[in-house]
Amino acid sequence: MLLSAHGVSKSFPGVLALDDVSIEARCGEVVALIGENGAGKSTLMKILAGLHRPDTGSVLLDGEQVDLHSPIDALHRGIALIHQELSLCDNLTVSGAMFLGAELRRGPFLLEREMAAITRHWTSRLGLDVDPQTKVSSLRPGQLQMLEIARALRSQARVLIMDEPTSSLTQVEVDRLFLVVQELKLKGIAVIYITHRLSEIETLADRVVGLRDGRNSGELHRADVSHDALVHLMVGRELSGKIRRPHQPGEVALEVHGVRTRAYPNAEVNLSVRRGEVVAIAGLLGAGRSELLRALFGVDMPLDGSVQIAGDSLPLGDPRKAVSAGVALLPEDRKSEGLLLSMTVAENLSLPTLHRCGWWLDRKYQSEVAEASIQELGITCSSADQLAGSLSGGNQQKIVLGKWLATNPKVLLLDEPTRGVDVGARAEIYRRLDDLAQDGLAVLFVSSELEEVLLLADRVLVMRDGEIRGQLSGDERTEKNIMLLATGAEVS
Amino acid sequence: MNKLLGIAGLILVVALVTTWLSYDPATGNFPFLSSYNLENLLRRLGMFGVLSIAAAFVIVTGGIDLSIGSVVCVSGCVLPWLLGSCGLPSWLALPAVLLLSAAIGLWHGFLVVGLRLQPFVVTLCGLLIYRGLMRNFTGDQTMGLGDAGEGLRWLATGKIQITDGFGLPAPICVLTLVAVATGLIWQRTVWGRHLFALGRNEEAARFAGVATGRLTVMAYVSCSLLAGLGGCLFVLDVNSAQASNFGNFYELYAIAGAVLGGVALRGGEGLVLGVVLGAALMQLLSNTINLVANSNQLEFAVVGAVILMGAAFDELVRRWVAFRAVRRKKTI
Repeated sequence: MLLSAHGVSKSFPGVLALDDVSIEARCGEVVALIGENGAGKSTLMKILAGLHRPDTGSVLLDGEQVDLHSPIDALHRGIALIHQELSLCDNLTVSGAMFLGAELRRGPFLLEREMAAITRHWTSRLGLDVDPQTKVSSLRPGQLQMLEIARALRSQARVLIMDEPTSSLTQVEVDRLFLVVQELKLKGIAVIYITHRLSEIETLADRVVGLRDGRNSGELHRADVSHDALVHLMVGRELSGKIRRPHQPGEVALEVHGVRTRAYPNAEVNLSVRRGEVVAIAGLLGAGRSELLRALFGVDMPLDGSVQIAGDSLPLGDPRKAVSAGVALLPEDRKSEGLLLSMTVAENLSLPTLHRCGWWLDRKYQSEVAEASIQELGITCSSADQLAGSLSGGNQQKIVLGKWLATNPKVLLLDEPTRGVDVGARAEIYRRLDDLAQDGLAVLFVSSELEEVLLLADRVLVMRDGEIRGQLSGDERTEKNIMLLATGAEVS
Repeated sequence: MNKLLGIAGLILVVALVTTWLSYDPATGNFPFLSSYNLENLLRRLGMFGVLSIAAAFVIVTGGIDLSIGSVVCVSGCVLPWLLGSCGLPSWLALPAVLLLSAAIGLWHGFLVVGLRLQPFVVTLCGLLIYRGLMRNFTGDQTMGLGDAGEGLRWLATGKIQITDGFGLPAPICVLTLVAVATGLIWQRTVWGRHLFALGRNEEAARFAGVATGRLTVMAYVSCSLLAGLGGCLFVLDVNSAQASNFGNFYELYAIAGAVLGGVALRGGEGLVLGVVLGAALMQLLSNTINLVANSNQLEFAVVGAVILMGAAFDELVRRWVAFRAVRRKKTI
């Protein structure tokens, strides 16, 4: 056993991210770690790489308990994390990035030539055909991924943790990566491979470990791996028969034609949402869902395409005009995009509508709006003058929703409406959205939580690589079908 | 590199235009090309160039130092005091002043790294505090060098004769030394590599095992040390300093020179040669205004306008390149 974690638990303020989770990796083994978004995969991986410390439980390396207190400590012990968010310093050259923090030196001076030679050795072995003097900023995502791997190998890593390494790679690069992983296996390196793409697991993994809601949800050996078994491992729970009010769709409220975003310049999106209809956009992280909502609301300028609100065409790239046309967006990142955390509940709630009362701050209007929203959405706060940042995630999200409802929108766009929201507030948000749809609001929301998608949506659009790959309504709306479409398999 | 060529080209153009505009038909002379003017220009470049390199040290880490002018004031007032009132010999007084400047940088570094204060706030307060302290310390009296430090004065006023009429002023030699040393540090040492890495992405650098805190402190120390050196040169040049205005606004000259020379304010980008060229363009413009308008009233306005145009041009080029990249992606 090379690396193992036993009974690991980790909680963050308000969330139990991991609850008694165990994982093992042997020399020369590829272990796939799967689970839905928020199942605790990244937390587990960060604990193994020394970014977080577990609250309870232990990490064992070569059978001995280790206390990984920093990423650099983990790296020195031979555990390397290849993580996209921790990107490189892109002002350096390839060989500079390879050796950052471990430069070859003579006294204070860099031994550039020696470092370039070793860099060339590793990059050519990985099929990364770049000059060591190339700037990192000019590499493509696939090359960056290879550079990170080369860097880990250069530092004599024995355990490689890869977090969705293929999410930004082309097919050719994926194939090369797979060859590299096979080669690493033969060298006795243990690879922990986190992915959403089930086909990759079938090709690569010796063993699959599933996580669900922060717990182990089971394990599969290579022989038992199949699409259905994997989906079951991820999704698991049986769907409880929740009641959904049947919505009565009216005339078209939102019509999107040929919209292309910068994230996927080659993919066109066409869709329409009727009044009183709730439509979900499902898909994996990075499928281009948030980018689409941002483009519809106008915070990002789409490359081209047209958007019509209740038959009137909407000028693109101008959130202010979108708001006056009756569009509202509850953004993905509540803390930085949804709220002004250092302002009060009342100030936040009245922000989008305050200008309608003229030049002077209308404090009376402000408190009226605030009181109405607090009542209507059941926001728990000591007073409307409390700072928004001091409230719980659920109450913060209700404020974001409330401020947009005050604008009386025709089309409500929501991006992950219940991320980091507790169960109680979640139910209230669902109920409110359901009521609004009954009253004729068109709702289009992005969610990575399948349960929520199935509970709320009349229709589910599944996106992959920036395009809508399928539409599910009625009985077709199952977790399995969504996952199959989202990961690129055919609907069976 | 393209950017450096651009600045060099601009310098050439401004120099030519100045030569032409300052032509004196009565005597048939080109005042700009007189060795007196060129020597003076190079002397000023030597002194202000050191300050720009000082500013660049902190800017590449993603910080800023607004206190440079006041540190110039401190060393400009303390050096005459040590040489005159205290009677210290030159070889002791100069290192003492430099040590004092470095201590100021250490203090900035401690506040920025240890207490996690914003560099802008720390050095803005430094700007006010050091000047205030100096005015009180000197009682607003002019601190003159008198006859003291005769040997040292060569550093500022001396020159190496090249031809009969023209000599290379000593400050430009000092700048050359400082620039070469800084260039070596930035491009060839581990320290420099880490400085640029942390300037671009501090988290990533920290996760790679770079001692980011210590390096940041060292950057502030280097900055104030060089500012102190600049202050010594200035006071040795003019022979006296008055705390109420000595080095006023010099931090802005320093930062403007560095930024004009391609040091990105977001950190992690810049070449020493660019900084020197940026400082040179600043001094050249001020020289142009003096020669052409016979007064320096417009100086700030022209310098500001040039930097603004440079920034706007830079941004437009960047957008154009990004636009073309997206278009290319679209057609694939």
